[in-house]
Amino acid sequence: MNRQRSTFLITILCFGYAFLYIPIVMVVIYSFNDSRIVSVWGGFSFRWYLQLLENRQIIEAALLSLRIAFVSATVATALGTLAGLALARMGRFRGRILFTGMIAAPLVMPEVITGLSLLLLFVSLQDLVGWPGGRGAATITIGHITFSMAYVAVIVQSRLMSLDESLQEAAMDLGGRPFRVTLDITLPIIAPALLSGWLLAFTLSLDDLVIASFVSGPGASTLPMWIFSKIRLGVTPDINALATVIITIVSLGVVIAGWLMFRQEKQRQRDVQ
Amino acid sequence: MTQVSPAQSAEKPAWLDPATKPFIRVEGVTKNFNGFTAVDNVDLEIYQGELFAILGGSGCGKTTLLRILAGFERPTSGRILIDGADMTAVPPYERPVNMMFQSYAVFPHMTVEKNVAYGLKKEGAPKAEIQTRVKEMLELVQLDGFAERKPHQLSGGQRQRVALARALVKRPKVLLLDEPLAALDKKLREHTQFELMNIQDQIGVTFIVVTHDQDEAMTLATRIAVMQAGRFIQCGTPKEIYEYPVNRYVADFFGTINLFEGTVSRVEGEGMEVECGAIDAMVKAKSFETIQPNTRLTIAVRPEKISITKEPPDHNDKSVLKGVVWDLGYHGNLSIYRVKTDSGVIVQVSAQNRIRSAERVLEWDDVVYLSWDVQSSVVLTE
Amino acid sequence: MNRDDLWRRFVIVTPYLWLLMFFLIPFGLVLKISFADPIVAMPPFTSLFDFNKAPGESFYATLDNYRFLLKDDLYRISYLKSLKIAFFSTCLCLLVGYPIAYAIARASPVWRNMFLFLIILPFWISFLLRVYAWMGILSTNGVINNLLLSIGLIEQPLQLLYTDFSVYLGIVYSYLPFMVLPLYATLAKLDFDLNDAAADLGAKPLTVFRDVTLPLSIPGIISGSLLVFIPALGEFVIPALLGGLDSLMIGRTLYDEFFGNRDWPLASAVAIILLLMLVVPMMVFQHYQLRETDQRE
Repeated sequence: MNRQRSTFLITILCFGYAFLYIPIVMVVIYSFNDSRIVSVWGGFSFRWYLQLLENRQIIEAALLSLRIAFVSATVATALGTLAGLALARMGRFRGRILFTGMIAAPLVMPEVITGLSLLLLFVSLQDLVGWPGGRGAATITIGHITFSMAYVAVIVQSRLMSLDESLQEAAMDLGGRPFRVTLDITLPIIAPALLSGWLLAFTLSLDDLVIASFVSGPGASTLPMWIFSKIRLGVTPDINALATVIITIVSLGVVIAGWLMFRQEKQRQRDVQ
Repeated sequence: MTQVSPAQSAEKPAWLDPATKPFIRVEGVTKNFNGFTAVDNVDLEIYQGELFAILGGSGCGKTTLLRILAGFERPTSGRILIDGADMTAVPPYERPVNMMFQSYAVFPHMTVEKNVAYGLKKEGAPKAEIQTRVKEMLELVQLDGFAERKPHQLSGGQRQRVALARALVKRPKVLLLDEPLAALDKKLREHTQFELMNIQDQIGVTFIVVTHDQDEAMTLATRIAVMQAGRFIQCGTPKEIYEYPVNRYVADFFGTINLFEGTVSRVEGEGMEVECGAIDAMVKAKSFETIQPNTRLTIAVRPEKISITKEPPDHNDKSVLKGVVWDLGYHGNLSIYRVKTDSGVIVQVSAQNRIRSAERVLEWDDVVYLSWDVQSSVVLTE
Repeated sequence: MNRDDLWRRFVIVTPYLWLLMFFLIPFGLVLKISFADPIVAMPPFTSLFDFNKAPGESFYATLDNYRFLLKDDLYRISYLKSLKIAFFSTCLCLLVGYPIAYAIARASPVWRNMFLFLIILPFWISFLLRVYAWMGILSTNGVINNLLLSIGLIEQPLQLLYTDFSVYLGIVYSYLPFMVLPLYATLAKLDFDLNDAAADLGAKPLTVFRDVTLPLSIPGIISGSLLVFIPALGEFVIPALLGGLDSLMIGRTLYDEFFGNRDWPLASAVAIILLLMLVVPMMVFQHYQLRETDQRE
């Protein structure tokens, strides 16, 4: 009976993972296809990768995306950490319910609405105070900070909730002021949560198409925007190559990060023992 | 007077009467998990109406054996027979056996009543019958009035009684109890222990209890099987196991015991003299087995079997040790003495405080004599 | 005010102000502009308050945009279609995700983290590219059609891409991790003794699932379903890339209204109604999230 059941469960998992990974694998395989018609196999070739390297537009878009992602992830981590601290450690304060709502809402808000509302804000601000002068990298960054700080806040808050508050109380008991205690005790302990928050914010920013499309101006085209404008018309072989590059980088990054965290966790468990 | 279960009422206990057939037979049951043998070729016979305890430390295989009896695990080899029927391949939902889980496993999304009625519903019992039987059972476990509560509104002890009622309402042939008292606090544990015995007495179902607590096993059980590393090392009544442990593990597991290693120097029929080097003494003992001179063995003596006196005892058929009171503890009904012999070994002795007096008869550093009867020396050859 | 108070204020006020400025106020603007008329100017809408006019005429608001939305078939169909697609793809996601989550929760602890990792990994790879991957598989000269043609099962290539089918597939594929993770979290917490207890009381394996596992995993089912339903309702990328011209989901309609017709007031009204549709599921979600954190405390 038991063996039958576990065979059944393994079959389910196999189908599930096949569903998740076969499309990705297909893209990778066809990126090495020499033929211009994407679905017909015309032999193995690196030509699309070479073409990718020569395409200045892609490289510029990628650099812009990376720059925006780096800045917005960093600011979002700072703001999100403060928000997480406020929710988990500051007890009751006026407007807490609104605050909790504003943290939770961006997580489930349709991107089209967030994008639209931010654009209207920027347009109105420009009308009222003359800032921002135009739309581009800066406005995209602000948009990304706003929705990714909510993710960071949730991660930090849940990490703080599972943390023993007595550690901080002990530190305060020993004479640490709240600010120093946060800096010396709390932040180092939740550092892994901050790191994963930063990585998540970074990925969310790199991934975003809709908000960027709304709040970007002429001339500022992020990588997803560039990809989208291209694939709207159908499958193209150079996008396959680009996708493969991105998939490889992301997978490597995630695997290495996962491995590091796994090792750290193991080390911690050993230390506890 | 409540009905008394057959195992206890018989003039001769069921397990000693060759005319009684065992109700549950475990025949050569072995269970392997990926190369690890959890239960190793176990044989067991349990009689109707018994309250049988399987006792052992964690990881000894007792829970696996219980899960095999319940049908959650299939033995790698061997057979399980209940009331003459082979149950080895019968799935848990078709066995006339119910179990009370250590975690109680009370369904959190059902009321107390629905929990207790669950098994009867699965049997397809008529509604009216379910109602009356659930009501009876809730009365038996003193939970009438709690029928509409959800488990999270109950205390630990109440939840345990729901689990008990739920298992008993199906009138199983055997009730399996996995560490029934482990999750309760000390006071409640004692109370529940007697309640369990009462209930078992009233309904006469065969109980098999798995526990790691020797006190629990001693108070509850008609018989105890001591398990270690997947095997039974001793099976008997609490008294047998306490007074006649088969080896040092069992002796040590049940209460405190003094162990002296030695060599047999003289054998005379059943009696013998053992030279125990560590305490520098000749210990007198008896054994039903024939033991050759020069055998190395261990003498075990319970603390309460040793008398402690200031004067040397006059009977010369006793084993005698001399020492000083090293430490003493007053425990109300008892005093515990730790006596250091001349050779430096600590021997534990307990004595009843029969006389009410502010002054102690014995004090620290008093020179004392320890003595015990031949019958009190337990000979352990393993 | 002492230094400790200052620190406390800083922690609360900084993110608070940011969110007020870049999250709450923008919504006020969307609401405001949804009551305005479109004009050919920059910005292309009339002001709610015009202080150049006489005091009695300085306030101008119109419900025209909402009237138009309710009257026009395109939008009604678009909203209904979005609801339908979001609902059924949530059901499909649940059907596919539940067995996976169950299998992971029942796997040995050694493998469990590995399995979870494999569920999350695609989530880190660009959403856009994952949707794109299906274009190559589903297109008329794509992998599936080529395969079916070559084994002679079909004579003509099937229209798989740019249909409702491809939209469903895209949503289920993209949002599967959102369904699996909360389901897994609930299922992994379940005490397996409860299943054993039900079996012990006479329930066969399927009955055990129906009576114990399923009812106890309802919190996971609800939060997983909402995590799929809510973003699916306003989804833009998937219908834009995989959907046909007729599969106008509301997110795409809004986008087109905004960038194509440049009717900002109407787009704002579309957004407000979409938001109203989401209020109930969002509140349910919030309720469950709060309950979860309460339990942890």
